[in-house]
Amino acid sequence: MTDLLAARSQMAMSLAFHIIFAVVGMGMPLLMTLAERRFLRRGDPLDRLLARRWASGTAIMFAVGAVSGTALSFELGLLWPKFMAFAGPIVGMPFSLEGFAFFLEAIFLGIYLYGWDRVSPRAHWLAGVMVLLSGTASAAFVLCANAWMNTPRGYTLAADGSLLSVDPFAAMWTPAALPEVLHMTFAAFASVGFAVAGIHAFMLLRRPGAAFHRRALGLALAVGGVFACLQPLTGDLAAKHVAEHQPAKLAAMEGHWDTKRCAGLSLGGWPDEEAEVTRWSVEIPCGLSFLAFGDPGAEVKGLKDVPRADRPPVAITHVAFQIMVACGMAMLAVSALAAYRRLRGRDLAAPWFLRLLVLSAPLGIIAIEAGWTVTEVGRQPWVVQDVLRTADAVTPMPHLVVPFVTFTLLYLVLGVTVIVLLTRKVFTAPEEFK
Amino acid sequence: MTPELAIVGVMLVALVIYTLSAGADFGGGAWTLLASGKRAEDQRQLVDDAIGPIWEANHVWLILVVVLLFVCFPGAFAAASTALHVPLSVMLIGIVLRGSAFAFLHVYTHEEQAHDPVPRRFSRVFAVASLITPVTLGVTLGALSTGIRVDTATGLVQTDFISEWLAPFPFAAGLFTLCLFAFLAAVYLAYEAQDTDPELSEIFRRRALISAALVFVTALLAFLAALRGAPIIHTGLRASAFALPLHLATGVAAVLAIALLWRRRLQAARLAAMAQVALIVVGWALAQYPYLVFPDLTIAGAAAPRPVLVAVLVALAVGAVVLVPALVYLLVIFKRHRVGQRVDAGH
Repeated sequence: MTDLLAARSQMAMSLAFHIIFAVVGMGMPLLMTLAERRFLRRGDPLDRLLARRWASGTAIMFAVGAVSGTALSFELGLLWPKFMAFAGPIVGMPFSLEGFAFFLEAIFLGIYLYGWDRVSPRAHWLAGVMVLLSGTASAAFVLCANAWMNTPRGYTLAADGSLLSVDPFAAMWTPAALPEVLHMTFAAFASVGFAVAGIHAFMLLRRPGAAFHRRALGLALAVGGVFACLQPLTGDLAAKHVAEHQPAKLAAMEGHWDTKRCAGLSLGGWPDEEAEVTRWSVEIPCGLSFLAFGDPGAEVKGLKDVPRADRPPVAITHVAFQIMVACGMAMLAVSALAAYRRLRGRDLAAPWFLRLLVLSAPLGIIAIEAGWTVTEVGRQPWVVQDVLRTADAVTPMPHLVVPFVTFTLLYLVLGVTVIVLLTRKVFTAPEEFK
Repeated sequence: MTPELAIVGVMLVALVIYTLSAGADFGGGAWTLLASGKRAEDQRQLVDDAIGPIWEANHVWLILVVVLLFVCFPGAFAAASTALHVPLSVMLIGIVLRGSAFAFLHVYTHEEQAHDPVPRRFSRVFAVASLITPVTLGVTLGALSTGIRVDTATGLVQTDFISEWLAPFPFAAGLFTLCLFAFLAAVYLAYEAQDTDPELSEIFRRRALISAALVFVTALLAFLAALRGAPIIHTGLRASAFALPLHLATGVAAVLAIALLWRRRLQAARLAAMAQVALIVVGWALAQYPYLVFPDLTIAGAAAPRPVLVAVLVALAVGAVVLVPALVYLLVIFKRHRVGQRVDAGH
């Protein structure tokens, strides 16, 4: 394993690990505050209990998210010092604001988790709302920084390549920022809703009729369903943005080789990077041109017009994109089915539907991991699109495989521990509501 | 004042607050490890209650320092994280394990924490990890004083990735940091248990006195190591214009802290200990001035373009307006029962 590959692997592994906890840190406060608001309005202790139980799970997830996020902020320098030396001042604004948002989140989460009996019910609920707002803001700022890597703006270089001037706000709000922020926050709420609904569905299968799990399931599925149904809109926005600003990424996502008008949309298939063809895919005529530019006759740049040295790994990007879209579509279908059953007055807790929900539980998280694979791998070989190559940004430190293996083992142990603790301690129904 | 100096000032304030708050949280972990006697479980519980609601907020001060460093002094961040890859990685492992294990521990009830083997293991991981981070933090800061060579024209770091930190001074600084954090924690804990559990308070009061002695010994050790290992610290601590008054103030605070602990004036002792620790951090920073990374990167030389610094200062001001009330609210909620009370403990 080369040092570059080890550094990329460690970064990918750390991000893939952290993103799950970051997403939960956004989604769970929404579920908790909704349950608690219901309690404040109707006074049903079951809702309060639900918020408390969810909060105890969130505490673990938030802590692991906070420390793995800290690790990431250091890893940026440990693995990519030349990237940080260049980009640090330019993306400083979103990172600084993220620091404050995260600070607020930590403060109000402390009040929320430990303050049930120390502040008034209303103040407690408001603390939860603050966790939700600051957590979402924090994610939005990080996404702005990532957006800059995709569409770098807001700076000028001197003749010798050093930084001449920076417009911090132009660098913060680049073209990629809005689509990334919308697509990712919706993804977080949808995936957490589905994951939580799936877990409570599993518990309901084992213990039919438990009021605790029924209430939890209804709330989580409502949140997950609403955002899953809205997600194609933000996805469309993101795709149109990529088409305009990162044609090589779009071509890799689609396994699209030849520049042409009325380009077809490839579903599935496997891109052969040597032969420069995508095999075994189903093609929808003019689909890609229409989806990317809103015009079936629009020209879409193919990978053959991108120099080989500047092409992202096509197979990984294409397959990851297909996985993301497939998961999203499946979630959309389940949401529509749930809405239909609800409108017709059918029971959401029918065993077959519960089983379907259990199967759907990981879809959102899988989609998020796949989506980030598309974003990051699809930008390669650049760490800053068309400006700085990943290979030029890596640390000169040798033996990078050692920290990669160490952190992988560490996160593996943490991940397993979290799963065991959540299943044993958090998602079981309290005695009185079984 | 130049904007880069203002930023460094903010970083120093953040580092002082981090030391006073999160430092004590790490020190609490050390006392969890050393909990002993028939009241060991109560000692662990006291630490647990003291840091539970606030450690995550305390931890963010470090992130603030790191973010300000890479935004405003990117070259220094790149140089430090290249040459100090190893101690920083170990520090991260400590941070990750400490926070995670503490959160895992909290899934269990107090009863389970005392008897169930699984939470006991989490408690052990939390405690050991609490030792790793202070030591590596001290090693890292010490290495910045020992020196990292950077070619300022190209920004390339000349390092063998080892010799900058694997030296007597950084490790002496690491040990000193650990003792300092343990001292702070013991003083805080003695004060926090004062009304509710005088016997427990007395245990931590005694430990605070012992660790005050250890702070003195390790400080001496670090000073001697600095003779050869970090001349900048040595001359800075001895010869500069600010040195004498600062040393006097630090010494007065240290003696005062011990005397007040001795007399069981715990609230005042806590303030003296905080002043002592804050002055030590400020003293280190002034000795390090004007270098961020000795000897090639100065504050002015490593600063990002001016518009960035100004924008960050504005963001810091706006952020503080939101943050400070929230932080005060948090502390009022969880430390309220302490404010304005003074009870003589142990009698």
